[in-house]
Amino acid sequence: MERPTWHGLTLKGIVLTVIVIAVAYPFVAVVATSLSTDKEIIANGGLVLWPTEPTLDAYRVIFAGGQVTHALVNSLGVAVVGTAASLVATVMMAYGLSRRGLTGGRFILMVALLSMLFNAGTIPNFLLVKELGLMGTFAALVLPGLISAFNFIVLRSFFTSIPRELIDSATVDGAGDLRVLFKIVLPLSKAPIAVVSLFYAVGYWNSFFNAMLYLDDRDMYTLPLILRQLVLMGQPLAKGEAFLGETPPPQQAIQMAVVVIALVPILLVYPFLQRFFTKGVLTGAIKG
Amino acid sequence: MSATTETPKRAGTPTPRKPVRRKLTLGQRLKRDRVMLLLALPGLLYFLVFHYVPLLGNVIAFQDYQPYLGFFDSVWVGLENFTDAFADPQFWSALGNTLLIALAQLILFFPAPIALALLLNSVISDKIRRFVQSVVYLPHFVGWVLIVSIFQQLLGAAGLLPNVLEAVGLPRYDMMTDPGAFPWLLTIQLVWKDMGWGTIIFLAALLAIDQQLYEAAAVDGAGRWRRLWHVTLPGITPIIILLFILNLGSILSVGFEQILLQRDNVGAESGEVLDTYIFFNGIQNGEWGPSAAIGIVKAVVGTALLLGANKIAHYFGHEGIYRGADK
Repeated sequence: MERPTWHGLTLKGIVLTVIVIAVAYPFVAVVATSLSTDKEIIANGGLVLWPTEPTLDAYRVIFAGGQVTHALVNSLGVAVVGTAASLVATVMMAYGLSRRGLTGGRFILMVALLSMLFNAGTIPNFLLVKELGLMGTFAALVLPGLISAFNFIVLRSFFTSIPRELIDSATVDGAGDLRVLFKIVLPLSKAPIAVVSLFYAVGYWNSFFNAMLYLDDRDMYTLPLILRQLVLMGQPLAKGEAFLGETPPPQQAIQMAVVVIALVPILLVYPFLQRFFTKGVLTGAIKG
Repeated sequence: MSATTETPKRAGTPTPRKPVRRKLTLGQRLKRDRVMLLLALPGLLYFLVFHYVPLLGNVIAFQDYQPYLGFFDSVWVGLENFTDAFADPQFWSALGNTLLIALAQLILFFPAPIALALLLNSVISDKIRRFVQSVVYLPHFVGWVLIVSIFQQLLGAAGLLPNVLEAVGLPRYDMMTDPGAFPWLLTIQLVWKDMGWGTIIFLAALLAIDQQLYEAAAVDGAGRWRRLWHVTLPGITPIIILLFILNLGSILSVGFEQILLQRDNVGAESGEVLDTYIFFNGIQNGEWGPSAAIGIVKAVVGTALLLGANKIAHYFGHEGIYRGADK
């Protein structure tokens, strides 16, 4: 085939560069602003690209043990416990249904798959959580979304793709179904289990609507709720969290510092997640 | 002839059937599968309780539901909730906003990942493509609260855009609170968040196109653009149609969290969509019945659009959703 033309290449390069900058710039600017002083933020009209005299004052304020620290602990707790619960439930169900010809297996599978087609709606879901007495508990953030049908499909299709001979050889040696799960299936499934857990973790970390609906005790607020108050509703931090130094850090730096705190865990797990997409591990499952 | 004489002879001997697996009785199968079934049981319970019970909970759309009376003792009112909901001008305003926003997103957001996927697919260097992919996938994992917060800093009253405008001598403009710009604002945010992520499925489809088709087309003298038009696009048309149909099915649910977070910036008149209307009217104002009724209408219309579009796709000889979905 003919070689690409130089102006074609240039145009492509420009378009891709613009897209990459448009996606990456806000992340950089948010981090830079959170490290800036009042003067610099005003001089740069809101957002700073490169703080000349970086300061951690904003972080000192929010880590002083006030509501942001509290919310951070709550969010981490929900994400860790929720991910563990979701992972255990999903692996159990996916492995249970991975045997071909399982008695009643088709029925259970249909129950799970059809749930993706119908969404009961906001009101009945809310009433259910209320009737179950979950209002105002962290369980209300975890239980309604315990198993994602999508993650279940990803894991199940991986489990069923494990060669039968491997499983049979273990069964011949007298291993029960549980032994097969722990000795053969799980060790072979590290990659998809990692992806699924990261999906769950990110979901719990970002969970906003359920937190807003079901949590009313301010001490139980998670990070997204605090973010909304601080940044979107413009409420200042509660009293008693004032800076002890001479000049308090600017409101905007504090706001962006909270945004950064909420972003950091996502940025930390992202490289692991990203490896799997570019390799195309999940696309087979998406199409299937 | 010899075959027919042999047959009765065989019937006499103990049937030498091939050693096929013996059919197990239900009890034996249950015994064999009991561990697997026990493992799947909590999951089954989860789906029944949290996905199917709420479906039944939609009966309150036909009741004058009172929380202290519950599902069983609330008064049945027939279709009154539906007529009440349809008589509310706010419902129609929310419906109008929903359709406007959905239309903006269908026209402006839907093609974006396709274009980006085509562009990425034409990048020859693996390194560059991987790099761009890893950057543009990232915002998908950022929650809406964070995204709206970031946009507040970029476009909000004290943010970047007004300051830049002022610096170049134009009047300050706060897009976040401009009711007329609301659909565009939502679309820009959606493009930023999900344009990259949306490319994944198209890139997979592009990879599946037979390379020989390109070579054959090139031999026949087809240039770059003709190959794009005659090989690449037909190759991804099924997936485009599939996603388009799915999109139509959810046309009445435009980004709930995203809008909930920003509705008050622009006011209910242009910021209210069906989902937020259901939320505010139902959960906050206690209009349980009418809100659930609208939820049902939404689901029915969505399903009807989905099936209708699928039918049209079949009519034009495409796979649509369900024929392709169970491959």
